[in-house]
Amino acid sequence: MNEKKPLPFKMEEVEQGCVLYNLDPIVMKYHYEVDYIHSYAQDSPFFEGLAKGELKGSRCTKCGGTFATPRSHCMTCGAETEWMQLPLTGKVHTYTTCYFGGQEFLAETPFTLIMVEWPGVDTLFLSRLIGVAPEDVKIGMDIQAKFKRLSQFKPTDVYFVPVG
Amino acid sequence: MRPVYMVSGGITKFAKSTPKKDFRYMAKESFDQAMADVPNLSLDQIDGSVIAYFSDHFTRQLMAGIMVQDYLGLTPKPSKRVESGGATGGMCFQTAWEAIASGRMNVCAAVGFETMSHVNTWKGNEFIALASDVNFDYPVGGFYTGYYAMMVRRHMHEFGTTERQLAAVSVKNHGNALHNPYAQFPAELTIEDVLNSEMVADPLKRLDICVMSDGAATAILASEEMAFRLTDKPILISGVGTGTDAMRLSDRPSREVILLDHERAEDYKDLKYPGVHSFRGGRVAAKEAYKMAGIENPLEQLDFVELHDAFTSSEIQTYEDLGLCKYGDGGKFVESGAANVNGKMPVNPSGGLLACGHPVGATGLMQSVFALWQLQGTIGQHFGGDNTLQINNAKRGLIHSHAGTGTYITCSILERGF
Repeated sequence: MNEKKPLPFKMEEVEQGCVLYNLDPIVMKYHYEVDYIHSYAQDSPFFEGLAKGELKGSRCTKCGGTFATPRSHCMTCGAETEWMQLPLTGKVHTYTTCYFGGQEFLAETPFTLIMVEWPGVDTLFLSRLIGVAPEDVKIGMDIQAKFKRLSQFKPTDVYFVPVG
Repeated sequence: MRPVYMVSGGITKFAKSTPKKDFRYMAKESFDQAMADVPNLSLDQIDGSVIAYFSDHFTRQLMAGIMVQDYLGLTPKPSKRVESGGATGGMCFQTAWEAIASGRMNVCAAVGFETMSHVNTWKGNEFIALASDVNFDYPVGGFYTGYYAMMVRRHMHEFGTTERQLAAVSVKNHGNALHNPYAQFPAELTIEDVLNSEMVADPLKRLDICVMSDGAATAILASEEMAFRLTDKPILISGVGTGTDAMRLSDRPSREVILLDHERAEDYKDLKYPGVHSFRGGRVAAKEAYKMAGIENPLEQLDFVELHDAFTSSEIQTYEDLGLCKYGDGGKFVESGAANVNGKMPVNPSGGLLACGHPVGATGLMQSVFALWQLQGTIGQHFGGDNTLQINNAKRGLIHSHAGTGTYITCSILERGF
């Protein structure tokens, strides 16, 4: 009954080896990847809104400050904010076209980043502009929000195109 | 608070990759260079340290700070890690200043490093972009050059700044570095070379942007009594200032300009501030440091500036935050030659980040080391006999370290204590 398994008498060998670049000094490649469980937490209604074709910012319930990129508490007075609908048309506050980027986005280059402004809203919103040649983007141009049909629950579920 | 002095410093030669030396070895190399300049200082006289690096992603070693502490032979004394993005080195310097100013320590070592060579450049850019809001900014196309490109695009729109003016910063800084043996990327460039370099994020081109680096730097700070015992050329840290701003570039509401002593509200009647074109945190850091050092007009009362030029554009923006010229005049300031080594206010005589490299945790400390040598008049001695970058009779300088899109910024004023 209580028979003991025989103890191993040597460390097990593995055959996958390693990727070695150099011996002096030893330089080797090491794979490093994780699945990360991310929660949008209090920002979740913004991403839910994108899936419904709505763009939501925040309004402070105390001082009335407005934020085009949402936050649950006001950065001026610290009070709680409430959700507000942003108009689906705005203007380009500034822009750039990226010909390089972080590795995750390299395949998407070139892409155009814009900061969106709305009259009467105190802060801006970062997004992508589609359908305009880099040399034709202008500060102040009128733009319109469009939403991805298949939501990825990322801020790129909304993007902007020229009006008209 | 009691007076704090810098007594010595050391740096490794910054490089794209240093496979033969890990972060501990590089930190030790910079530390030993600092120790060699103050032979009267023994290890047991050092009361503790602040050891700084920016990114756990680049290092892939948590608590790397303590590994440096034990490698330097400083265990079991007090030590801590500080991290403030791109301003990590400057914050490390100021944290060591606090340790001495408070009276907790009489001698404190500030040591910073970064090893960015362990991933390819584009993965490195991805790691750096994780220092932007991962809900709203990073997933849109996280790329710091892109963020800075949008800021300078707006600066150009507001003030008429030109791409040639940006290029002038690159020509100046890479050119200065020809005489700095520690620099990673010295180069004799023309405006056309910069304008014709590869476009990265419009209007910023390859030669408008600093490179990634491996490197380490050390500053040794001391109380007045210890400083004068250790060296006959101690450098007084006469002012420190720190400013911040919102992580998201989009969250910079428009307010009135925060004025320095020599400025008037009428100068900026219609300017929306800081917008995305200026760094409010940089202005606050400068204002606090100037107040402590008794500086009313920086252009007249400083002899040089080492500032955080991760991009040519941020050097121009920073001239303005520091009050070297009015908001909007930064482009003209560099174009006029005022920022040259022999100009009215030499800026980045070392070559700055653009040419020296930017191993993040070491960068702000690198600036302190170059500033120390300027003020001690020992540039030639440390630069292999080349005295070209020595500023005549330099008595007082400012170092400026900067994170994110302007989220943490430190300014420290150093002046001759002898």
